[in-house]
Amino acid sequence: MDILVCIKRVPDISGRITLDDSATDIDDRSLGHTMSAHEECAVELAIQTAADTSGSVTVLTLGPAEAVEQLRAAVAVGAKDGILIETDDLSAFGPEDIASIIGDIVRDRAEQGQTFDLVLLGNDAADTGDFQVGIRLAYDLDYPVLTGISTLHAVEGAGAGDAGAGGPGSGGPGVEARGIGPSGTEIFSLELPAVIAVQEGGVDPRYPSITGRMKAKKARITEYDAPEPGTGNPRIGLELPPETTSSVTILGEGPDAAPALVDILEEIGVIRS
Amino acid sequence: MASIPTHASVVVVGAGIVGNSLVHHLAKLGWTDIVQVDKGPLPNPGGSTGHASNFIFPVDHSREITDLTADSVRQYKELGVFTESGGFEVARTPERMQELRRRMASARAWGIESHLVTPEEVVEKVPFLDPEVIVGAFWSPGVGVVDSVGAGTMMREGAQESGALTVSANTEVTGIDVEDGQVVRVHTNKGTIETDKILVACGVWSPRIAAMAGAAIPLTPAVHQMISVGPVPQLAERPGEISFPIVRDMDTYCYERQHGSDMEIGSYAHRAILHEPDEIPSIEAAKLSPTEMPFTDDDFDPQLEQALELMPDVLSNPDVEIRYAINGLLSLTPDGAPILGESPQVKGLWSAAAVWVKEGPGVGRAVAEWMTHGCPEIDVQNADIARFHPHQRTREHVRARTSEAFIKTYGIVHPGEQWTSDRNVRLSPMHSRQKELGAEFFEVAGWERPQWYSSNAKLVEEFGERVMDRSAEWDSRWWSPIINAEHLAMRERAGLVDLSSFVIFDVFGPAALDAVQSIVLAQMDVTIGRVVYTPVLDETGGFRSDLTIMRLAHDRFRVVTGAAHGMVDVKWFADRLPETGAQIADLTSSFTTIGLWGPRARDILSQVTTADISHEGFKFGTARTIEIGSLTVLASRISYVGDLGWELYIPMESGLRLWDMLTEAGQSHGLVPVGLGVYGTTGRIEKGYRAFGAELDSERTVIEVGMARPKVKSQNFVGRDAHLRHREEDPKAVLCSLTVDDLTSSTGEKRYMLGGEPIVSANGDPLVDGHGHNPYVTSAGSAPSLGKHILMAFLPPAEAVLGNQLQVVYMEEFYPVTVASVDATPLFDPTNECIRR
Repeated sequence: MDILVCIKRVPDISGRITLDDSATDIDDRSLGHTMSAHEECAVELAIQTAADTSGSVTVLTLGPAEAVEQLRAAVAVGAKDGILIETDDLSAFGPEDIASIIGDIVRDRAEQGQTFDLVLLGNDAADTGDFQVGIRLAYDLDYPVLTGISTLHAVEGAGAGDAGAGGPGSGGPGVEARGIGPSGTEIFSLELPAVIAVQEGGVDPRYPSITGRMKAKKARITEYDAPEPGTGNPRIGLELPPETTSSVTILGEGPDAAPALVDILEEIGVIRS
Repeated sequence: MASIPTHASVVVVGAGIVGNSLVHHLAKLGWTDIVQVDKGPLPNPGGSTGHASNFIFPVDHSREITDLTADSVRQYKELGVFTESGGFEVARTPERMQELRRRMASARAWGIESHLVTPEEVVEKVPFLDPEVIVGAFWSPGVGVVDSVGAGTMMREGAQESGALTVSANTEVTGIDVEDGQVVRVHTNKGTIETDKILVACGVWSPRIAAMAGAAIPLTPAVHQMISVGPVPQLAERPGEISFPIVRDMDTYCYERQHGSDMEIGSYAHRAILHEPDEIPSIEAAKLSPTEMPFTDDDFDPQLEQALELMPDVLSNPDVEIRYAINGLLSLTPDGAPILGESPQVKGLWSAAAVWVKEGPGVGRAVAEWMTHGCPEIDVQNADIARFHPHQRTREHVRARTSEAFIKTYGIVHPGEQWTSDRNVRLSPMHSRQKELGAEFFEVAGWERPQWYSSNAKLVEEFGERVMDRSAEWDSRWWSPIINAEHLAMRERAGLVDLSSFVIFDVFGPAALDAVQSIVLAQMDVTIGRVVYTPVLDETGGFRSDLTIMRLAHDRFRVVTGAAHGMVDVKWFADRLPETGAQIADLTSSFTTIGLWGPRARDILSQVTTADISHEGFKFGTARTIEIGSLTVLASRISYVGDLGWELYIPMESGLRLWDMLTEAGQSHGLVPVGLGVYGTTGRIEKGYRAFGAELDSERTVIEVGMARPKVKSQNFVGRDAHLRHREEDPKAVLCSLTVDDLTSSTGEKRYMLGGEPIVSANGDPLVDGHGHNPYVTSAGSAPSLGKHILMAFLPPAEAVLGNQLQVVYMEEFYPVTVASVDATPLFDPTNECIRR
């Protein structure tokens, strides 16, 4: 199974976020860059699934020249090659534009004989959080789509509907995908080709090995210039949420603190009086 | 919000290994009301200590750093946080093996056990290392790892428990008030503290804090890349944090250090990546900690390949993953030395910055001693914050030199190696002439100083064998036989030396005599026009400096000292002036100095002046103003090269004119320009003249260096009590000059020691002086007039006997030497006839 994983270069955030002067982007000057956590999981699922099916993984990104670092990071953990669609102004591209660009790449590759059975994306990007590109891409390609998926494995003969009820579906290659829904784990069986948006939590992304990292350095990265944006990005700006302040109350020290601790535990329902 | 004390005897900024060691030692020395603040949380506030690799290799080419490291190891061991692992520095190339042989010299000189070993011996201890990749290694059994955060916590909490210290974490310094040049209070986000001392020990942030007081701590945050890979089955087999020796892969500038089942790989091979102290992210905005910056893979990729070559079995395992990778920030300075002591710019602003974990506790003790009684036990002159000349404190200079130096962290640095960046900062008025003469410029304190002149190449032919040419590449690097030829031309005819780099300052005012009298050893109540060469001592009777002072008037003394150390001298004098009645004026940029020496010096000078410069009319050790053409020149009849002649002081703007007049007058006398190679080495070493920083430092006494005068003046001066005591004691070491009897190596090539080599007994046993030190060569150089290579070294008194046969170890070969002087008697012209003719 050949899988395309779409990733995005985003600021590596775990501390306080600050915005740039235009308030349309995160100030990333002192931050490193990474791919979104959902996408790390998508890459991991793709590598596992490809390994199970003797397939391969290609990673794609739309972004600045430096985004090649994220492509190589994916190669370092097991992807075969990468596609960089280069633009200096990612913010000019809205979700619809990006879906259409990816769709074109998938069709182009198919014409050249490389068919992607599965296109994985992150559920949403860590910086913009649009939740848009996966669904729009599926629409563009006329593929079925799942979102919020956290585990994945290849199955022989999948079909629409409940995998258990109707037995094997149409008999073609497919995947079984699971995600956490509002009322529990949702299990899907899906024929290929398909688009799946991955939610983190189902797998632990692997770290690169030294040999993997060295392979990544030499990996083939195909570069394209991004086309002119179409509908553009409708985002007007970003706003920081109000800072949540936390305060620490010292309950006391040693045995003297016990009664106050018991009160608190009762208050939050851990123990009953 | 927790409140902080409103008063403190000292505010220590920083709770890394340095700040914590400092509060411990200050408390131990009796300080109370110490306040320590850090803007981060405890125990790891987020500075460089928190991500340090925490290993210690004990041998450094610098004695000062080696001693500070040894003291630190002792302290870490006392705290129970030192684990000995042993360590290899492996060589992949013959050039590196030569450097490791040189490292053996430093190990022997500083008395630290080390051995050169074969690849097979390395593999015995590190079985996963590929022996085919290396040609040999330097084994230090004393290498180990420490818990620097744990050690710091114990030291800090100990000081707290003693009641001497209040600690305030999450407390950021927001301002420092300075009144009349003196620190008076420190503002923080938790309140204001009245204090007259602030001690800046906050690593990469130190420049930012110092700038709040209007002072400079010239360091830059720089990246050291480090990754941690694991789990490594070969490492996991053994218990504990470290059970395999640490490996420094010197030729690829990286190290491999076991940490439990992980291997840390650190690199000093990448491009210099410098940051600005003001742009380090805040604790809140940082991903890991402020000094663990995002990793830049591209910079590290070449290191991975090289590490893989060295340890293929461990690192090619696909299950061994890169789990942690940082661009860790550390502090670099333009000359590589730490920055310690009180700022010369603001009273009460102390620095203990640019210090590595391996020196932390030693620096803590040294600076605490310095703050308490004025002089640390270990000489830290090379780290003195007062050493910087103004241009060396600029951001541009710091960036230029640290960028150049980063790759030298594991590099092979020749002792004579010159900087290439930020040159041509200070040019003498004669610079253009010197360029025409093909001068090879060496730089000191920003000054471009001719080391030798290629225009003198013809002299090499003239003097033939006597120039003692060197065939070994290492011995002749940053050296030329022209130096020795210039020397001989000066001894036989005359030489002209540009001494513009002298630091010159006047002490003047009605109390000037009392001031200099109280600072220096020599009697300064001398007749006007006398020139006095004198040691300057600290309270323990060790050398703070040696310099010359001219008494120009009843109330004016002109002090002349060297460029490298001169700024420290200025501060030393300024700090010891009486409150009124005496002042200092730095005249370094006002005067250039031209030295004229040699048997023809008087003939040449008399051609351009009508002044009486006869031996009787212008006595040795005197100075006076004479007319040379239309120039008014302060002439001083002294010599650091051991020949008849004068230092001629002239305003900068007239220096070129004087140079040209002397050059022209000297033509018929065979006068040649002579570089600092003669002035600094060959000329002085033949005469046994001591140099500050080589023979003279604060751990040496006047007696040991053979410079005691018959009588001690009755007036008090700094270090007098100690000096009187030293005169009553037997010296623990004696400074001697030695001649090398045979320079021939095992390959038949003549080799020339450059300094730093150990001196051992005739049968190769180590010697130990009364301080417990091993003798080593403090200065080495050609003595062309004698046809000898001369070494200076402090010997155990029993060995300091004329004619005693010993050996010097150079590149791990033994050469016979003979003690030729034990009391500062010059080997060339012992009766000083050449000077007094």
